[in-house]
Amino acid sequence: MKRYSVFALARNAMSYHQGWERAWRAPEPKSEYDVVIVGAGGHGLATAYYLAKNHGVRNVAVIEKGWLGGGNTGRNTTIIRSNYLQDESAALYELSRGLFEDLSQKLNFNIMFSPRGVLMLAQTEHEKRALKRTLHATRLNGVHTEWAEPSKVKSLCPIINDSADARFPILGGLWQPRGGTARHDAVAWGFARAADDLGVDVIQNCAVEGVDVQGGRVVGVQTSKGAIRCKKLGIVVAGHSSVLADMAGFRMPIESVALQALVSEPIKPCMDIVVMANTVHGYMSQSDKGELVIGGGADGFNNYSQRGSFHHVEETVTALVETFPIISRLKMLRQWGGVVDMTGDRSPIIGKAPVEGIFVNCGWGTGGFKATPGSGHCFAATIAQGEPDDVAAPFSMGRFAEGRMIDESVAAAVAH
Amino acid sequence: MLRIPCPYCGPRDHAEFDYGGDATVVWPALDDTTEAWVEALYFRDDPKGPHRELWRHARGCRLWLIVERDTVTHEISAAHPAHPGMADEVTAQSQAETPSA
Ligand SMILES: Cc1cc2nc3c(=O)[nH]c(=O)nc-3n(C[C@H](O)[C@H](O)[C@H](O)COP(=O)(O)OP(=O)(O)OC[C@H]3O[C@@H](n4cnc5c(N)ncnc54)[C@H](O)[C@@H]3O)c2cc1C
Ligand SMILES: [Zn+2]
Repeated sequence: MKRYSVFALARNAMSYHQGWERAWRAPEPKSEYDVVIVGAGGHGLATAYYLAKNHGVRNVAVIEKGWLGGGNTGRNTTIIRSNYLQDESAALYELSRGLFEDLSQKLNFNIMFSPRGVLMLAQTEHEKRALKRTLHATRLNGVHTEWAEPSKVKSLCPIINDSADARFPILGGLWQPRGGTARHDAVAWGFARAADDLGVDVIQNCAVEGVDVQGGRVVGVQTSKGAIRCKKLGIVVAGHSSVLADMAGFRMPIESVALQALVSEPIKPCMDIVVMANTVHGYMSQSDKGELVIGGGADGFNNYSQRGSFHHVEETVTALVETFPIISRLKMLRQWGGVVDMTGDRSPIIGKAPVEGIFVNCGWGTGGFKATPGSGHCFAATIAQGEPDDVAAPFSMGRFAEGRMIDESVAAAVAH
Repeated sequence: MLRIPCPYCGPRDHAEFDYGGDATVVWPALDDTTEAWVEALYFRDDPKGPHRELWRHARGCRLWLIVERDTVTHEISAAHPAHPGMADEVTAQSQAETPSA
């Protein structure tokens, strides 16, 4: 891999930028790998990268039915935060947020991590109390958060309507100064390039169509490019987890629903933080291109169509107009959807599947982009060792039977 | 946006309905095993394709329906009353309530 640097930029300028090498190879699948990862989203690619980097497992393929990063990784609103209520979540999401801090340097790829700060508004007394509880919980877990009084909220984000007779007045906010955003595509590309450099085969346009299980053990997968044998299989397919589980003969505590987002036409810089308004079900930030990036709640019924319902767009922007009156005359530029994998407690599943040799990483639902490096980090350890590491262990599928829910749905009604 | 053909009210806009999830779940007996209850509560087929599901016409007749819908195309092939016998009762009632002209 030729490193990217300011010198490389200058050198390549001499040849009119015609000489850059491809960021990753386009290999044909080999007949056998030690580990096959299904799904080249951020999580699958991060898993492959950390398998090679941290555990020396390099005979790895990542198999993707479309193009890498084309699933939810390339469709999300890129909010990164770790102010989660439960201890297990704080450990996982803060590990991930921390990894984002120097990921550009580690991957030698500018993922444009922008710790601009994430503000979660309190707009009802109940929400204020719930967020204060989260504030104290995160502090106990060593996650830096602060309480922002209404005046601080206004100074952090002047376009917020702080009028006292607003239907949902601003009562304060939970402020995580080192939360923020990153460029979603770049996260996928950076992990793909770095994993490829360590010998991982990223195989695109190759759908997994069947999982071969012999005597209760996985032995390989059937793909649109033929059969591939493997010793271990990692399923990291987000909204298609139930489909892959079905191929391998087990069921998941997952339901797939559509989640959508939209951007406005680009305008001049008007907000430099991320604001989430969970009571009214909407959140907003401004992209480097100037578009306001807006998201809301999931569509709420089983859905594999990768599109959203129109009335949800309307609901989200209607809700946000009162808090951000400035957006009332803006036009919508684009709208899109992704298929997200929802669990009953709104926490992910990381660990062993009921079939020997199969590992699952899914259930990230509406909020897994922020977890991309952390998820890959602990899932790689889980696959390499055959047993979950400390961070992953609480997120086993068995928690549903054991009544050990990691309940994040109360703390974060919409949150991403 | 879906349009659900309510057997009581006719085709109505998605926004009038609440979703009730997978209609194929069979609730175990109260004294059944934990495993059976965990399966029923949390585990789903979550199929990509035809899905049998519950909807409640909350902003309409307020009755529960079983709808056959494709989760990829959103095509709705059928919508039945969730409680057999309810249809006749509702029709009888509404006829009785209709004021004579
Ligand atoms: C609109 C929207 C907004 C969001 N906003 C946020 C946010 O602000 N912050 C946040 O943290 N999270 C957010 N999320 C959630 C986040 O996007 C996901 O949790 C995360 O990106 C999941 O990454 P992944 O790698 O697991 O899945 P994906 O990126 O979806 O990757 C899974 C891959 O598996 C592939 N695949 C599926 N089936 C097969 C098969 N049979 N064979 C081969 N490959 C297959 C798919 O093509 C896909 O590329 C949002 C999601 C959406 C949809
Ligand atoms: Zn009706």
